[in-house]
Amino acid sequence: MSDTASVAGRLESAPKEGRSLLLRWLPGGWGRKSVIGIPYLFLLLFFSLPFFVVLKISVSETEGVHFKDLFDFADGTLTLRLKLANYIFLGTDPIYLDTYISSIRFAAITTVICLFIGYPFAYFMSRARPTLRPVLVMLVSLPFWTSYLLRIYAWKGLLDDHGVFNNLLLWLHLIDDPIKMMYTPFSMTIGMVYTYLPFMILPLYGILVKADPSLLEAAGNLGATPWKAFWLITVPLSKAGIVAGSMLVFIPTVGEYVIPELLGGPQTLMIARVLWDEFFNNVDWPMASAVAVSMVGLILLPLVLFNHYQRDTRLR
Amino acid sequence: MSVPAIAAVAPDSAPSGKPELDDAQFLRVERLTKRFGEIAAVDDVTISIHKGEIFALLGSSGCGKSTLLRMLAGFEAPTAGSIYLDGQEISGLRPYERPINMMFQSYALFPHLNVWENVAFGLKRHRQPRNQIAAQVDRMLTLVQLKPFALRKPHQLSGGQQQRVALARSLALEPRLLLLDEPLGALDRKLREQTQFELHSIIKKVGVTCVLVTHDQEEAMTMADRIAVMSAGRLVQVGAPREIYETPTSRFVADFIGTVNLFNGVLVEDEVDHCVIESPVGRFFVGHGITGVKGQRLSVALRPEKIEIGTQPPARTDVNCLQGDVVESAYFGATSLYRVALRDGSRLQVSVPNAERHGQVITVGTQVYASCTPDALVVLVN
Repeated sequence: MSDTASVAGRLESAPKEGRSLLLRWLPGGWGRKSVIGIPYLFLLLFFSLPFFVVLKISVSETEGVHFKDLFDFADGTLTLRLKLANYIFLGTDPIYLDTYISSIRFAAITTVICLFIGYPFAYFMSRARPTLRPVLVMLVSLPFWTSYLLRIYAWKGLLDDHGVFNNLLLWLHLIDDPIKMMYTPFSMTIGMVYTYLPFMILPLYGILVKADPSLLEAAGNLGATPWKAFWLITVPLSKAGIVAGSMLVFIPTVGEYVIPELLGGPQTLMIARVLWDEFFNNVDWPMASAVAVSMVGLILLPLVLFNHYQRDTRLR
Repeated sequence: MSVPAIAAVAPDSAPSGKPELDDAQFLRVERLTKRFGEIAAVDDVTISIHKGEIFALLGSSGCGKSTLLRMLAGFEAPTAGSIYLDGQEISGLRPYERPINMMFQSYALFPHLNVWENVAFGLKRHRQPRNQIAAQVDRMLTLVQLKPFALRKPHQLSGGQQQRVALARSLALEPRLLLLDEPLGALDRKLREQTQFELHSIIKKVGVTCVLVTHDQEEAMTMADRIAVMSAGRLVQVGAPREIYETPTSRFVADFIGTVNLFNGVLVEDEVDHCVIESPVGRFFVGHGITGVKGQRLSVALRPEKIEIGTQPPARTDVNCLQGDVVESAYFGATSLYRVALRDGSRLQVSVPNAERHGQVITVGTQVYASCTPDALVVLVN
């Protein structure tokens, strides 16, 4: 009796053992690993490798148009020569520091303005009739259907000294001389807010549309005015959307090149323009690379914070 | 509870100077109507609810019970009619101005706040001193036995615990009226039965007047002092659970609450203490009089558990007796259910308690006599 039972037990457990053996051979399952691996491979090939090339250039000494090797093996000694002069120069020449600060400032201003315009925008979209919502989402993403360059150029036509706005104001006799709007921080900020607003609206909308209306009713029922309920319930519960939208606006605007180039002026110092000058006007690749590496570091920091925060919300 | 009452009264509405009204009209709903376009979700409803009473609105989905509850809370504005709480008209007040708290069907616990903060939410909105808030939250958590869970977030609690947090939160402000929207609807069956009694005892302990909405008749019957059966936006019958079950006034109520056998018939004799109804299955002698006209068409209701069944004709002659064949039988443990085909082809449901372990077993195909006393029958005029 006990014999047959144990045999049956062994027979039952046999396929399980077989599977676990297979799993030991392919830990975690190859299918899953390769699927997760694809984006990692992509990042390795198209981000990490070029980045390390740039990093290498930024610490290399030049010899004519060539870069010297970092490693030198002679007389049984391996020497690593890192030229840090570019980085030291970055730290000492105020132009770079000022530009970094200026870039971050413009990106921060753009992000805050996008948040203030985008939040109510997303809120009303999420409160619209369900049949209307897809239409509104499409309208928000409609600008992506035309070229980004074209749309930036269009702002030139609007903000120019003889552009639409100035002509309108002159015609209305509200002003006697055109207001200088182009090539100022104003025109550049408008361009950046306009371009990046959908990146703020869409993640916010995604969160707000899923909000449970009964929570607001419960807050009201417990004595919270609609305004209080908004601040105590809606805003904290849309934090993930606020963070995501802000990152999506902040990170690309720090390194934005086209908008400062087309709509900015002498007052709008942006790091990407400095980078362009170093690469293509001064042809100082090591210096340009040092600027680029610092910029990546600058953008990586908020990204790391963002990831950290996301993990927090998931745990919650 | 010795904490000062936190009545959320609108700043512009002066406290009612009227003398305290009769407790029987603590909550008075008068000719309340709510229309959504053409459809009247709530149609000319008038109810009075006593102080300290648990009152259930019972009906199937779409009958208007939830709309009525939402109007009491202030989430829907009535199309017509008024609501008085303790003599004071409240239908014009905003939800946050009403001294009414509600427990939501989905509980609507704030997911970003922990249990303590959820319960304290209302108290903080009413600007209570910090130590009073702490004391009241403490008292509420003790009441629902959730003190050890004060720092947990709602998603870290079981369904039953979440339900108790929702209850504690809605009681924390000591509302003058408590609204419960399908309070046990989100719980599984086993937990529901246990929670039903717990919820009832907590509400009675606090002594708050309570209106609850449910589609579950068992829930309404165990929880409520009085039940209003609703259909198509109207109150069909209002009464104590026993009244609703034993003396339904309409086919709808008789059919909606529990199981019932209904027979159509014609009134042939009507006296003060009895009446006789002629139906296709036979003549019924009913032990109560009605005020009807001879020849009037009406229905007779008979509950399955009030019928005796046997293979021999009943010994007593003062009972109604129907003859038929058993066509179906089901054994449920505590009771057995038989379906008997009567002479006109209609089916009679009979429920028999299995009082003895080896009692009589009636097999399908047996000819049986089903009998009931005149008192077991109820005549339904509409």
